[in-house]
Amino acid sequence: MSPLQVCLLFSSALFCIGLVGALSRSNAILVLLGIELMLNAANLNFIAFWRYSPAPAVGTGVLFVIFSIAVAAAEAAVGLALVIAIYRHQKNIRLQEANRLKG
Amino acid sequence: MNALPCTIYLSFVGALLALAAGMRSAATARVVALLTALTGFGVALSAAAHFVPGPGLQNLINLPWIPDLGIRYHLAADGISLTLILLTGIAAVAGILFSWNIEERAGEFFALFLTLIGGVYGVFLSADAFTLFVFYEIAIVPKYFLIANWGSTNREYGAMKLVLYSFAGSALVLAGLLWAYAAGVAHGFAPSFALHDLATAATHFTRGEQLGMFALVFLGFAVLAGLFPFHTWAPTGHVAAPTAASMLLAGVVMKLGAYGCLRVAMPLFPVGLEYWQPVIAWLAIIGIIYAGLVALVQDDFKFVIGYSSVSHMGFVLLGLAVANAQAVSGAVLQMFSHGVIAGLLFAVVGRMVYERTHTRKLADLRALPLHRLMPFAALTFVLAGLASMGLPGFSGFPAELTILIGTWKTSPLWATFAAVGVLVAAAFTLRVIQVSFFGSSDRTSLPADAAAHPLPPITWAERAGAMLLIAATVYVGLKPDVLLQWINPALQSPLFQAALRGGTP
Amino acid sequence: MKMTLSAQHLWLIPALPLLAAALGALTPRSGRTPAAGAAIGAMVLSFLLSCGALATALAHPAAHATANFTWFAVGDGAVRLGWLLDPLTAFMCVMVSFVSTLIFIFSLGYMKDDANFKQFFCFLSLFAAAMLGILVANSLLLLFVSWELVGLASYLLIGFWFHKPEAAAAAKKAFIVTRIGDLGFLLGILWLYDSTGSLLFYDNGAGVLEPTALGGLAAQTTLCGLALSTAIGLLIFCGAAGKSGQFPLHVWLPDAMEGPTPVSALIHAATMVAAGVFLIARVYPLMAADQLLAGVPVHALTVVAFIGAITALLGALIAVAQNDIKRVLAFSTVSQLGYMMLALGVGSWVAAVFHLLTHAFFKALLFLGAGSVIHAAHHEQDIRKLGGLSQPLRVTFATFAIGMMALAGVPFLFSGFWSKEAILHAAHEWEVSHLPLFAGLAAVVLTAFYMTRLVAETFFGKARSHAAEHVHENSAVMTVPLVLLAVCAIALGFLGTPAFPWLQARLLGETEVHGHSLLDGSGLMLGSIVLVALGLGAGWAVYWRTPRAKDTSPDPLASAAPATIAFLGARMKFDELYAATLGRLNTFLAAFADFLDHWVWGGAVNFLALLGEFSGTVNREADEGGLNAGFDATSEKLRQTGQAYSHAQTGGTHGYLRTVAIGFVVLVLLVMLGGGR
Repeated sequence: MSPLQVCLLFSSALFCIGLVGALSRSNAILVLLGIELMLNAANLNFIAFWRYSPAPAVGTGVLFVIFSIAVAAAEAAVGLALVIAIYRHQKNIRLQEANRLKG
Repeated sequence: MNALPCTIYLSFVGALLALAAGMRSAATARVVALLTALTGFGVALSAAAHFVPGPGLQNLINLPWIPDLGIRYHLAADGISLTLILLTGIAAVAGILFSWNIEERAGEFFALFLTLIGGVYGVFLSADAFTLFVFYEIAIVPKYFLIANWGSTNREYGAMKLVLYSFAGSALVLAGLLWAYAAGVAHGFAPSFALHDLATAATHFTRGEQLGMFALVFLGFAVLAGLFPFHTWAPTGHVAAPTAASMLLAGVVMKLGAYGCLRVAMPLFPVGLEYWQPVIAWLAIIGIIYAGLVALVQDDFKFVIGYSSVSHMGFVLLGLAVANAQAVSGAVLQMFSHGVIAGLLFAVVGRMVYERTHTRKLADLRALPLHRLMPFAALTFVLAGLASMGLPGFSGFPAELTILIGTWKTSPLWATFAAVGVLVAAAFTLRVIQVSFFGSSDRTSLPADAAAHPLPPITWAERAGAMLLIAATVYVGLKPDVLLQWINPALQSPLFQAALRGGTP
Repeated sequence: MKMTLSAQHLWLIPALPLLAAALGALTPRSGRTPAAGAAIGAMVLSFLLSCGALATALAHPAAHATANFTWFAVGDGAVRLGWLLDPLTAFMCVMVSFVSTLIFIFSLGYMKDDANFKQFFCFLSLFAAAMLGILVANSLLLLFVSWELVGLASYLLIGFWFHKPEAAAAAKKAFIVTRIGDLGFLLGILWLYDSTGSLLFYDNGAGVLEPTALGGLAAQTTLCGLALSTAIGLLIFCGAAGKSGQFPLHVWLPDAMEGPTPVSALIHAATMVAAGVFLIARVYPLMAADQLLAGVPVHALTVVAFIGAITALLGALIAVAQNDIKRVLAFSTVSQLGYMMLALGVGSWVAAVFHLLTHAFFKALLFLGAGSVIHAAHHEQDIRKLGGLSQPLRVTFATFAIGMMALAGVPFLFSGFWSKEAILHAAHEWEVSHLPLFAGLAAVVLTAFYMTRLVAETFFGKARSHAAEHVHENSAVMTVPLVLLAVCAIALGFLGTPAFPWLQARLLGETEVHGHSLLDGSGLMLGSIVLVALGLGAGWAVYWRTPRAKDTSPDPLASAAPATIAFLGARMKFDELYAATLGRLNTFLAAFADFLDHWVWGGAVNFLALLGEFSGTVNREADEGGLNAGFDATSEKLRQTGQAYSHAQTGGTHGYLRTVAIGFVVLVLLVMLGGGR
């Protein structure tokens, strides 16, 4: 098994864990945590493909990941703000109850 | 003379200052605006005092602007420009005086007003088609905001209609100019938008090109001059606009269109002028009579004045179309005259009457003894009405007479029909004077509610504005040579001579 | 003191009243005395200056003294104006300023209770200034300018009591109807200017009334084979016909009686209506330029003669059936103006001017007399309700009777007789046709008849209304002008009798007077005297012998021929005719144009707005207009579909996540099964 495959397997596992977590938890913060895991799995993929590609250009993968992490951080900030807003509104953060936005 | 471009810059700077002053108070803003307009008028007057009449444009400033395309920032003036710049100065001062009561967002109002004025000055001073076009657009945009924000009756509709018409017109103009520019380059001339370069190039154009370009450019400008049947923006726009804006609209903006026809379309494409002459002349004549007849049956005071504007602008267009020295000088005189008179009429209707009685319906006004409630407004309106009828002693008479003399030379039939228009003008003016101010059959006593709520008195600003306009129309009426001595030599320039000869070089 | 006034200073004559008008306009409403004083003072000064001008003109009667200047440049040429002094100008100026002065003084009494007293004098001065401007003009354009100002001032004066709807309507009618005539006048001016390049009457050989220009004008032919001078002359005559109330533009004149009576005297006696006659007399060389041409369809003067004859007869006929004292006089004015035009047409412009001068005095006298009656009788103008006024109003009655006899043409003593005789003689000698003569003779009978009726009904019998019972003679300010005018109404005739035609000779520029024996053409004179007697006798028989008993008792003539009198009383239905034809046409055209503007051009605009919407302009109204049924249906379907899809949006975050996950799995499976490619 080549190092690339190992990395990919690892990242898929990470992704699945994140997905299951996001799907199964009702606590909004835990759902966010799951989403962050999935995101990091994707980041891992970027790095892996960059590192093991035939002719890696200098810095592209790393830059992409740094960018992605920055976006994730912003997303987390917005997400947590949303969570707080939801909490103020319904006095808990159970996502099942936060369904007012239906069409 | 060389200070003339300052009128443009002053107005733009004044607009910014007025905007800033408006944040402090409305009163400051209007003082700033009035000072700006007065300075501009003063500059124009001093330039007029030092003006040496002569053929051709006298250069003021000529700088490269977009060198790659041969576009230059080129300002120049001749007697015709000077006449219209004086008109703009008068209209600007009077317009601000008649806007003295604006309290709501006064800073923005005067800023837009002065921007419009600056654009108008720019158009009248441009000697480069591109420069002219840019100023023309600058003048169009503020109109929309003035009408849509401070207007009355149906203002969004009126503003939109006006702007659509204006932009449609300027699109045609731009298309025509670009065509001429490209054709000039194709004929091996250096790329240039300068009027005399375009005119030189145009002598090499084919007949078909000349006809097409003239039609585009003339029609585009004539839309703004209220050429029948593209005039309907004018009455609705005038009615919707706030007083100062309708004064400017009728007073100077309609002149922009006529000026464009005279300065750009006619000298550049004399062959086209000769071909289209009968069409334009008949449309102008139809406009004169038709708009007069429509004015005869309106029941809104301001609509009557709006249509009368279209009727009088018909004389301007007729004079231009006839294209001989008499008629064109008369047309320029009529531009000045109508600018002043229409401003006065709109001032009485919009500012003096409407803002006090809050109605413009003739049926409502008939019930009010307005001549007793507002003797000054009544006197002003009677004088303005007489001037509008073309009575001797006011500027309309020499203007229309000169146009008719020139028209008769070319076609007695046209002159006859146009003279019928004078008759119609008398009919609708007398009607509106009688109904609006002297309609009440009550001789001495005022109605109880009118006595209980007397109308606010006429302010000093209104008096000053009205006096300024009346003085202008009477002075020019008694001594038309004061303007004609500038206009006639200007028409001797080679460019105009080509147009007046109908394209035969 | 020998006073003279040269042409250079002639402008002072109209300028003084104009100054007075300006002063009057600037004085406050309460400044009654200054305004009236300025007006009267200026008029008196103008009168004195006019006398000076007359002295100058009589010293050289054949000269046309001019002073010309440039007004403004037109293209390569220039519009020039100027002043002209010749006997015609001078006589007219003296007459107008004299009569105006008396009318102004009369107005002091007549208008003393009016709230707008000050404006009245201001308008009067403006009117007099404009009228004098017509007289001194040496340019057709300056004449036209003053002409228009006269129209304006008459508009202001006729509509002076604008609170009466009839007065406002009459003022407007007067202005519009005369302006219709002025349209022709204006076109004539344009044509003349285009043909000759000048509008000056006399300009050292280059003026339009001098032989060079006239020869050129008569030599060219234009539309329908008319000589150019004929066509221009007829166009100018249109203006004269409008101002002088000639058929068919006479309709404004009787209505103009709605103005205050001094205005009627001013407008209908001395000035405005005379302006048309003066105009034709002034441009007489132009009108007569085609006389020597043979083979042209019509001579300009022939048209003038026939229009004048028709008007003379028509006015006299209608006057017979009027009951308003001022309207009788108004129609008699129409009729007399017809006489003057007739005289011009048959080639005797001096006779026309002679009649114009005498008529101005005796008609002003009659109008002011009527004003005196009306003022005394508390504004009762219906002659059926007056009566018995000869005793209380002695001065008014005596002067009115003199005016009446002058107008009726009572022989030898009265001025109207001599001027009318001159016209009839001229008509007799006209070679083209004798119809105008017969019309004139018929009008002589009618004039004597209706004037007798007017005097009998107004002053004799007994008072037939409360207003007429309590009358007192007016103050001296009103009666003195009457007396002065009465003196003139008698004396003026002797300036131009056939035995010593001093006036005619001076007008024609001759310094010597060649009198004729009174017996020359005595047959015609005898005939007309008989006709006058016939008219007076008939009037006496019908109205005087048995005075009307009550204001409601029927008119003897109306009982005899009710239909005719009713038709005449309704002024031959001219107003109805015009309302039904021209008025209706105008209304229709205006409504049609308004319709076009609202619907057709407005529709075109809305269509353009729709186009604008398609190209991305957001316009709510156009949006609504642009939707048709199919478009509606489509969007309805779209909406339903959207609604159906919206059920999938549950709002539950887990549901969405689940969908994402399933989608992801499906995507992975697809990639894997597709072999990664």
